[in-house]
Amino acid sequence: MSRNRAIKLLPWIVTPSLIVLIVVAWQVIVTAFNVNPFIFPPPGEVWEAFVSLLTNERAWAATLTTVTEIITGFLIAMVVGVVVGVVLGKLQWLEVSLRPLIVISQVAPKVAFVPLFVIWFGFGLTSKVVLSALLAFFPIMLNVLLGVRSVEQGHREVMTSLNATRRQRFTQLEMRSLLPYLFAGMEVAIVLATIGAIVGEYLGGNNGLGNMVVAAMNSLDAAMTFALILWLSIIGLVLYLIVNELKRFFIPWHESVYGLRNTSA
Amino acid sequence: MPTMTTHDTSARVAPSNAPAPEVPRLHITDLGRDFTTRAGVTHAVSGIDLDIRVGEFVALIGRSGCGKTTLLRMIGGLLSPTTGTIEVDGRSLWRGAQVDPTAVTKLGFVFQESNLFPWFSVLDNIALPMKLRGVGKAERRARAADLAALVGLTGFEKSYPRELSGGMRQRAAIARALSTEPELLLMDEPFGALDALTRERMNLELQRIVLETNSTVVFVTHDIPEAVFLADRVVHMTPRPGRIRQILPAEFEKPRSVDLQTTVEFNEIVRKLRHDIDEEE
Repeated sequence: MSRNRAIKLLPWIVTPSLIVLIVVAWQVIVTAFNVNPFIFPPPGEVWEAFVSLLTNERAWAATLTTVTEIITGFLIAMVVGVVVGVVLGKLQWLEVSLRPLIVISQVAPKVAFVPLFVIWFGFGLTSKVVLSALLAFFPIMLNVLLGVRSVEQGHREVMTSLNATRRQRFTQLEMRSLLPYLFAGMEVAIVLATIGAIVGEYLGGNNGLGNMVVAAMNSLDAAMTFALILWLSIIGLVLYLIVNELKRFFIPWHESVYGLRNTSA
Repeated sequence: MPTMTTHDTSARVAPSNAPAPEVPRLHITDLGRDFTTRAGVTHAVSGIDLDIRVGEFVALIGRSGCGKTTLLRMIGGLLSPTTGTIEVDGRSLWRGAQVDPTAVTKLGFVFQESNLFPWFSVLDNIALPMKLRGVGKAERRARAADLAALVGLTGFEKSYPRELSGGMRQRAAIARALSTEPELLLMDEPFGALDALTRERMNLELQRIVLETNSTVVFVTHDIPEAVFLADRVVHMTPRPGRIRQILPAEFEKPRSVDLQTTVEFNEIVRKLRHDIDEEE
């Protein structure tokens, strides 16, 4: 029992200690080697920049823009990814005939399309949303495809022996056995959607946190660049945790959730 | 649900009104199933004739590959026969490769694996067949709770299947199969994956449940004592092609206790079956 509790407490002790350790090492290195703050600012300066960032109205407007891009891109990827994944999962002939194209489009460096997206969709939100959705689409689609194919034969036979209709098969069996796969895809997709939006902002337009990073770099403000990276990481973490929380709510029965809740050593 | 109630009454009333029911619960004539593989055509099951009365417990036994599971899957509407007919209460189960939906509703199937849905609680798993038939939520929950009690799962209604032991999962699977009050309960080595002690206990439990619900059962097993202990008749099948070699009655009074297994009469049947099955080599 006590061992069980210790395991649960472990991350709450280890994570803060490691962070403190890293910050201390950072400070020590910067002081010891007398590093130019333009190249690598000490933690104190970064913290100051971070506080000034959070008290800056423009930064909050930029945050709203970026988060809107991420969430819109992610939601589009989810809808399209689920539909395409289910259709390809159900129609094997279609999946087999499209497989080469899927592989090619999956390995293609989609970030390289940003200049084209800017030409097609302009410097506004749309080009970022498109990149974000494109990056997030593949993990969702591929996981859903796998999920549709992974329904247990024994479960199918139960439904056959119960004379279930197609609709009942879908709502009681296929949809539910698909959910863990969908959430696995979503956890990867939310991270990629964040990357998509920020890279989109790096390369075009004049709005959002990615754009602020580029601006800070151009004015050689290393502390602000670090502060923005910190802020973006926090946003990414919060979004990830939201998806994770949704997973715990929707599939409490699944190994990935249940096992964590009841770690028995 | 109205149709279920009708089935129920006809099943319970018929034997008392008519002392010798004309129509057997299960009527199988000249049943066969071929499988085509690269090596050619295999006759998995061939020329099966079998009648099962209302309330009878029949065990199918034989070496692996004797076609006992194939036969059960055809009776269960999961696999279409190549030849022959299966009638449940006089109604033909198969029309070509298509299964008659009305005839299937008379069946309950228990698989070797419990095949419970991991996303449903025990109660919702038991209630699933009723849900598919449109039974209202309150009614199916009440009936599922009764069934959970019948199979000894009271207190575990809200548990997920993963929280149960193998034996408890099979209890839940049996409750699920019983939830539609099937005319015919089909069981495919339901305790095959359980340890010997749990298995012995499940056999006693199954006997009690079958007597309480007055079920008609076809039970596939490769365990000879289990077959003789549970069944009224033991159907011995032989492979290549899968045929019925002999049908042995096991007419012991019910309920049977574990002590039956030490009696001479019981062991005579077991010995004969074992001898005949060994002989097949």
